[in-house]
Amino acid sequence: MIKFILRRLLLTIPTFIALMFVTFIAIRLVPGDPVEVRTGEHGISPERLAYFRHELGLDQPVWKQFFDYVWHLLHGDFGVSLSSNEKVLTEFLSLFPATLELSIAGILFAVLLGIPAGVFAAVKRGSWFDHTLMGAAVAGFSMPIFWWGLLLIMLVSEGWHLTPVSGRIDMINFYFEPTTGFMLIDSLMSDQKGAFLSALHHLVLPMIVLGTVPLAVIARMTRSSMLEVLSEDYVRTARAKGLSEFRVISLHALRNALIPVVTVVGLQVGGLLAGAVLTETIFSWPGVGKWLIESIGRRDYPALQGGILLISSLVIVINLLVDLLYGAINPRIRHGG
Amino acid sequence: MALLNIRNLSVSFDTRNGAFKAVDGIDLAVERDDVLAIVGESGSGKSVAMLAVMGLLPWTATVTADRMEFDGLDLLTISDEQRRKIVRRDVAMIFQEPMTSLNPCFTVGFQIGETLKTHFGMDKQAQKKRSIELLEQVGITDPEKRLSAYPHQLSGGMSQRVMIAMALSSEPKLLIADEPTTALDVTIQAQILDLLLRLRKENGMGLVLITHDMGVVAETAQRVVVQYAGQQVEMQDTRGLFRDPHHPYTAALLAALPERATGRVLPSIPGVVPGQFDRLKGCMFAPRCAFATGHCHTVKPNRAPSEQGRALCHTPLVHGQPVILEGSR
Repeated sequence: MIKFILRRLLLTIPTFIALMFVTFIAIRLVPGDPVEVRTGEHGISPERLAYFRHELGLDQPVWKQFFDYVWHLLHGDFGVSLSSNEKVLTEFLSLFPATLELSIAGILFAVLLGIPAGVFAAVKRGSWFDHTLMGAAVAGFSMPIFWWGLLLIMLVSEGWHLTPVSGRIDMINFYFEPTTGFMLIDSLMSDQKGAFLSALHHLVLPMIVLGTVPLAVIARMTRSSMLEVLSEDYVRTARAKGLSEFRVISLHALRNALIPVVTVVGLQVGGLLAGAVLTETIFSWPGVGKWLIESIGRRDYPALQGGILLISSLVIVINLLVDLLYGAINPRIRHGG
Repeated sequence: MALLNIRNLSVSFDTRNGAFKAVDGIDLAVERDDVLAIVGESGSGKSVAMLAVMGLLPWTATVTADRMEFDGLDLLTISDEQRRKIVRRDVAMIFQEPMTSLNPCFTVGFQIGETLKTHFGMDKQAQKKRSIELLEQVGITDPEKRLSAYPHQLSGGMSQRVMIAMALSSEPKLLIADEPTTALDVTIQAQILDLLLRLRKENGMGLVLITHDMGVVAETAQRVVVQYAGQQVEMQDTRGLFRDPHHPYTAALLAALPERATGRVLPSIPGVVPGQFDRLKGCMFAPRCAFATGHCHTVKPNRAPSEQGRALCHTPLVHGQPVILEGSR
């Protein structure tokens, strides 16, 4: 097992090198640099421009900038954000819990709704529930996040006044220092009446928006996987043993059907963080995604490079965890390796 | 009274192209200490009839019968719960593919223990003790260690032994073995058959053996039902069947046994079993039958009396010669 983990970790090294290179180049291919963006329409004298560029090291050849960057990275230095003058890592870590909270809520929403829905659709195959669910899943999967988000805001927030439009909590009535960074937990610990409900209230819409695509994928995957498993010999054996239909479906069939679903959930996590960028922007959710979008506008090279690298490492770690989880539910993997 | 009593059982499946009758009018009775073999080619409806008894057919199936009783219970009107708690306890079934019939995600111990818990409410300790006994009974060495094995760690023969142990765990009155040796090596086949026969005697249960292997029938069964294209074409005791088959199909099957072949070329039955769309007006076997007349092709045969093995034939064979039944034409 430890050998397996080590091998998987070694395999991530080339991924990291490619990642660093691609983000580094891609940002520099975008027209404009941090200095030009800051001067804006006022203009700047060529001497001043050269001075600032020299200051930031932008006058160096690109390959030298890259190696400088990698050198600093290897020493654990992600650089300093050009817009806030704060260390990139510090800034990232302060914003990250918000993103994590939203992502966890989104994936929980998708898993807790998607798996039962998929199972039910498979068991009642061909029923109106099955057809409705699968139709909705195609729609959900095809929905552009920003459009779906705006639609929900218009309907639920503007039309029915059920949820707030943006933010993580009602900041006029509640204030407390972040301890964990997770608003749900912090609000509970703050002992302020209604704070938790307010946080929950704010979370619902972004969670639905972010969770919709994974929900659709998970429901469809669970259904098709379940349909396949239900016709397996061992399901017939389980019935022949006199087990209740509930036990046959939820234990004997589902346990096997979950194997491909876990893989899909793992793959969705990558997409989830990409979705978080859009969702956070729509709902003014103060997380990493919104920060990255703003950093693009400011051509904040260190913040972008660091942020993308950190997010990517997270995706890599999650995929590794999913592989380990895969082994836990599928004995053939556990003993085969 | 017979343990399992079936009169005129038919099963049809709804398919895209209309109903398909997989089992067509089967009668059979199994006593408490009987070994009954059901013989037929693939697609002759052998398994389907027994799956109907267990209520394990897919939802596309429609079961009809004049009578279908197990141990005094009417299987046609029984509730789902009774079926689960009584029928599936007292009738156990093992299948053709032992490797795919065990759940790959659970250990052997879990899968046997689960049955013990369901039917007898045993606790973990008792489950373990009884599981070890059962594994010993089916001839698995080092049973305690095997409890924590997963199915993929077992060979085919071993898996079938585990399936048998699991079937025995509910202390059934009747064991249905659906081609239990088809997927196994020849050497293992004999072991598994011996095991089944021994366990039947030890546990005093009825045994229904579904097979397409006449050799297996000769070695094991007391009585034989021969099926063809969903119909029951003959029923006899084993000795009588091998000595004097009454239905031309049975006779042809026996003639095709390598042990019985006399010439250089092994005899075979020409043609194929009629499928869903070429069901015949008359006798299903007529196109392949050496004794068929024009009458056979157009008129459905009646059942011959039991002296002629209840053969479904216009001219059942007696000592290899067709005889014309009184009143059949």
